[in-house]
Amino acid sequence: MSTARPGIEVRLENLSRRYAGVTALDGLNLTMAPGELVALLGPSGCGKTTALRLVAGLEDADGGRVVIGGQDVTNVPANKREIGMVFQAYSLFPHMTAMQNVEFGMQLHDVDAAERRKRAVDMLELVGLSAHVNKYANQMSGGQQQRVALARALAIEPKVLLLDEPLSALDARVRARLRDEIRRVQLEVGTTTLFVTHDQEEALAIADRVGVMNAGHIEQLGPPTVIYSRPATPFVAEFVGLTNRLAGVVKGGEVEVRGTRLPLVKPDSNDGPAIALVRPEAVSVAADGDMSPGPLIGSVISTVFLGATSRVTVDLGDITVLAQLPTSDATSLTAGTRVRLAMRRDPVLIARDEKTSTEA
Amino acid sequence: MIRGRRAKLQVFRVVAFILFGAFFVVPIYSMFEFSTRGIGNAPRTLDNWKAIGTYPDMVAGIVNSLELAAITSIAILVVLVPTMVWVRLRLPRLRRVIELISLLPLTIPAIVLVVGFWPMYQWLGNNVSDSILTLSFAYAILVLPYSYRALDAGLAAIDVKTLSEAARSLGANWPTVIWRVIVPNISSALLNAALLSVALVLGEYTIANNLLYPNLQVSLVSLGRTNAGVSIAVAVASLLFAFVLLIAISFVGRPRRMRSEVA
Repeated sequence: MSTARPGIEVRLENLSRRYAGVTALDGLNLTMAPGELVALLGPSGCGKTTALRLVAGLEDADGGRVVIGGQDVTNVPANKREIGMVFQAYSLFPHMTAMQNVEFGMQLHDVDAAERRKRAVDMLELVGLSAHVNKYANQMSGGQQQRVALARALAIEPKVLLLDEPLSALDARVRARLRDEIRRVQLEVGTTTLFVTHDQEEALAIADRVGVMNAGHIEQLGPPTVIYSRPATPFVAEFVGLTNRLAGVVKGGEVEVRGTRLPLVKPDSNDGPAIALVRPEAVSVAADGDMSPGPLIGSVISTVFLGATSRVTVDLGDITVLAQLPTSDATSLTAGTRVRLAMRRDPVLIARDEKTSTEA
Repeated sequence: MIRGRRAKLQVFRVVAFILFGAFFVVPIYSMFEFSTRGIGNAPRTLDNWKAIGTYPDMVAGIVNSLELAAITSIAILVVLVPTMVWVRLRLPRLRRVIELISLLPLTIPAIVLVVGFWPMYQWLGNNVSDSILTLSFAYAILVLPYSYRALDAGLAAIDVKTLSEAARSLGANWPTVIWRVIVPNISSALLNAALLSVALVLGEYTIANNLLYPNLQVSLVSLGRTNAGVSIAVAVASLLFAFVLLIAISFVGRPRRMRSEVA
């Protein structure tokens, strides 16, 4: 079944919102291309859900504009914005069956009964719930309820689809499966989609572009691979994936960390002391060869099995360093094993002080 | 040990049921017995019950009270449901204030309320209408605490915010949200609120009597002075009516969906 429709461009222009003196959104700008899925990722309180609610019209902006398909909808009420939304909490109407839930929005849009029924059946088939059309919410699992909610949101053929942490109430296995399903359905229908989550794995797996939010604005917006491998700020580097914070000295466009010179993402950084942000997968571990004392010689504290890879925590005396390596290479690295670390010469970001300073 | 505790609980339940049953049934039975007593040594008779319809004031009182009960129940629901939903969604800080205001009628004796109502009803009688149905204004205030409690429990049992936002995002305006999404999900609470309103209005005497309106209870007392047998028969009938209503509402309000195992 093909239900693809041309997507619509969505622009958030300088959006701001304050709650009782606290700034939730601070001049947020975001342009979503037609049919694109953008994930807003960030810690609790960063403003990502506020941004989504402003797009939905469920809250009023203090400043800025929401433009959908070239039309300024900032002052248009929620029920007139033609937006489909899936909520974090289960939101199916308990007194209606799955079918009735999906038909509800179409009834309000005056879709005639035959077309409504056909489209509802199509949508429930699209989310794989053809066998559950007559079930009530309390007869379905959490994952099934969220899939019906997705079908219900898409059935009205919305201009924009908004997903507000729709997977957070589900268990890990269902979450991963439904995440892939949402992406499949979104690609199939082609609706421009804004997905809000605090789960970096979810955001990186599902989105065309990820916007990492902090303190009411987007710190970095880009494809998942860029966000992960070339974080623009220390906040992004530390929020997305794990990062080792290693003291070093910047000199001549490189940073020297425990005897190893690493290139900088921004080679024009000023010389002086800095914290280098090094990914665990850029750290390799060797348990053989010369183990005479040195800045990168230490002992294994623990090895955590993650599936295909394992994470090894190594004590270097003054600090601990995380390394991520194939499980086959980590099996012999039991606690107490003397090891020698090496750092791959990937360009690294540096922070000038403990957390905030950006030298990107 | 657990079996012993269960047996004790079962015995307690049976004893409590018998005691409470007796508490309610004995007075009603006694009233029924009185209303069917023959004069002197005459056998039992239903003459008093048959005579109810022959007292036009009594019939008018019954009709008045039933109309008042219906108007009051509907009016209080129409006013309270949207207000409470709105307060929950938009003005949550006002919840305590609204709750306090709604409980006030409980703390004010009916006779004091009458003193407050008197000038208002005098004005109403002179300028709008002197129909007994205007009593529904006063009764709406009287039933406010009970209706509020019942509806508050119903609204607390559902996620009003998420359901209404979901409906709004699907294109529903506020009346549609309330009528098609909120109301069907608090039907038990609505029925409870309506039942409490009906029961209170059918049993109300002080306000109607002091404002000189002939409702069921006023007519009962009046009739009781001339024919106690018929008066008691009507009282039993109204109690039974309320009882039947309670049973009917509890059946209507029962969830129609059965839970099934979740995949």
